[in-house]
Amino acid sequence: MAAGLFLLPTLLVFGVFAWWPIARSVQLSLQFTNLVDPAVWVGLDNYANLFADPLLWTTVRNTVWFVVLALLFGYPLPLVMAVVISEVRRLGGLFRVLVYLPVVIPPVVAVLMWKWFYDTEFGLFNQVLTAVGLGPMPWLQSTATAMPSLVLEATWAHAGSTVLIYLAALSSVQTELYEAAEIDGASIWRRLWHVTLPQLRAVLLIMLLLQIIGTFQVFTEPFVLTDGGPEDSTLTILLLIYRYAFINGDFGMATALSVLLAAALALLSAVYLRLTRTWSTT
Amino acid sequence: MTASAATEPASSATRRQRRRRPQDAGRGLISHADRNRPRVRWTLRVVQAVFLVGAVIVGLGPLLWTAKGAISPTQEMLQDPLRLWPSAPQWGTLASAWAELRVGHYLLNTVVLVAGSWLVQLTVATTGAFALSVLRPRYGRFVYAAVLATLFIPGTVSLVALYLTVLDLPVTGGSIANTPWAVWLPAGAHAFNVLIMKQFFDALPHELFEAAQVDGAGPVRLFWRIVMPMSRPILAVVSLLAIMSAWKEFLWPMIAIADTERQPLAVALPRLAEVAEQNQVIAGMFIATVPPLLLFLVFQRHIVRGIGFTGLKG
Repeated sequence: MAAGLFLLPTLLVFGVFAWWPIARSVQLSLQFTNLVDPAVWVGLDNYANLFADPLLWTTVRNTVWFVVLALLFGYPLPLVMAVVISEVRRLGGLFRVLVYLPVVIPPVVAVLMWKWFYDTEFGLFNQVLTAVGLGPMPWLQSTATAMPSLVLEATWAHAGSTVLIYLAALSSVQTELYEAAEIDGASIWRRLWHVTLPQLRAVLLIMLLLQIIGTFQVFTEPFVLTDGGPEDSTLTILLLIYRYAFINGDFGMATALSVLLAAALALLSAVYLRLTRTWSTT
Repeated sequence: MTASAATEPASSATRRQRRRRPQDAGRGLISHADRNRPRVRWTLRVVQAVFLVGAVIVGLGPLLWTAKGAISPTQEMLQDPLRLWPSAPQWGTLASAWAELRVGHYLLNTVVLVAGSWLVQLTVATTGAFALSVLRPRYGRFVYAAVLATLFIPGTVSLVALYLTVLDLPVTGGSIANTPWAVWLPAGAHAFNVLIMKQFFDALPHELFEAAQVDGAGPVRLFWRIVMPMSRPILAVVSLLAIMSAWKEFLWPMIAIADTERQPLAVALPRLAEVAEQNQVIAGMFIATVPPLLLFLVFQRHIVRGIGFTGLKG
């Protein structure tokens, strides 16, 4: 009885704002809904329309490209920074604050800031590049450089919190193992490879999955910096969902794409967790 | 054979180690003997110097750029972006951004949204975790599983359906769109808070609760007088993470609150950046950054520890 009362806020909030919208998404994806006319069941029509939209494949390609670039730039970097910070010893507190500062800046402010930095004519980056004779770069203006520019900003904005997580994990690495390896004559690099990394395996694997799931849902960067341009080269899946729903007013198409994205990410997580479980037991 | 024999004691040792949480690690990857070798010592010094310069430029640089931009004339920002300090600081820009761009008004909206989100998150997490960890009803397992399941469903996926939900609530049928409730209530559905709160409650001495119950304390008394006072550290961590993340929100408040008058500063800024005087916009960006920055600098130990021991922060 009392337990029920204490659980009431949880049940209400999760029921109405988590479980209900998830169930509703599946229902909406099978309906035609524009909020004006009454919803009509249309079966799988939304999905059929979605697959017929050439923009879908553009956004899938762009999003996968963003995820891959973000992994290349952003996955090894926090690990390197965490290892250096934990080994340098002095000024550890200062380093922690400095690397976390970009995370503290509200994402919208960070993105607006980088819009200034990337400006082809007046931007900080091109002024520096011109000063050292490397010439101006088109940054957000060209289809080839726009996406890498978004990834650079996103990496800068998010790396800090991952560094702190790795630092916490590093502090629980068994120091006896380092000693044993050292007595056996292992060099610093070999100790890093054979002691540090295996001990961080669990956190490294989970951060990889979380980063992939997080970057698949990128929105603020392309929305504010490029609005999907130039020529749809930075139009991501979430941006397309936003356009379907809030520009075109077609909520059925928007939820159909949401459901597909959720299914893809769930499948990815399941396969990943299964794979990594077998790795960690061998 | 040899490989598994070698990893087995290591993995059980790791488990023991994790519970111990050593802070007094005398050594790390690089030993004292290594540090005494000149080559290692000099390499470390060079790495430290390079890293310090890099971290200051990358971490502090953009903040300083915003501070400088807030008091520089727009012309100077355009023509000489590398200038370290404005030729003639215009402190008035901050005041005119506050009044003319109404940054103060939007900031107040942000504060209202963040405060409510924090309160809802704390209420849901403490009461839910208390019921699940201390009162333990028989159906508790299923509720907990259903709460945890939402961790695996990315929040943006139910974004559109969530919007339609706040427009037309189930059962009651009313709309809370365009009101702070549309931001406050969904913020509470944050499974991660329930998870770490429950883990903390699970580790409290349950004999104490039984003793209190024998002495005639009801569940409410148990919650307010015993569990809450013992939970200050976790309340601090959950509060800080809740406030910092609510301050960063952009997409959901933009969708949930269409009325520009009621939008938080983060949603208003990109719109203002299209139309307003640029140095005023940068002043607005600076003002939006100061509160979370101060919060971080004051409570950085708690936040750094919080992120460390929560392990993951989505």
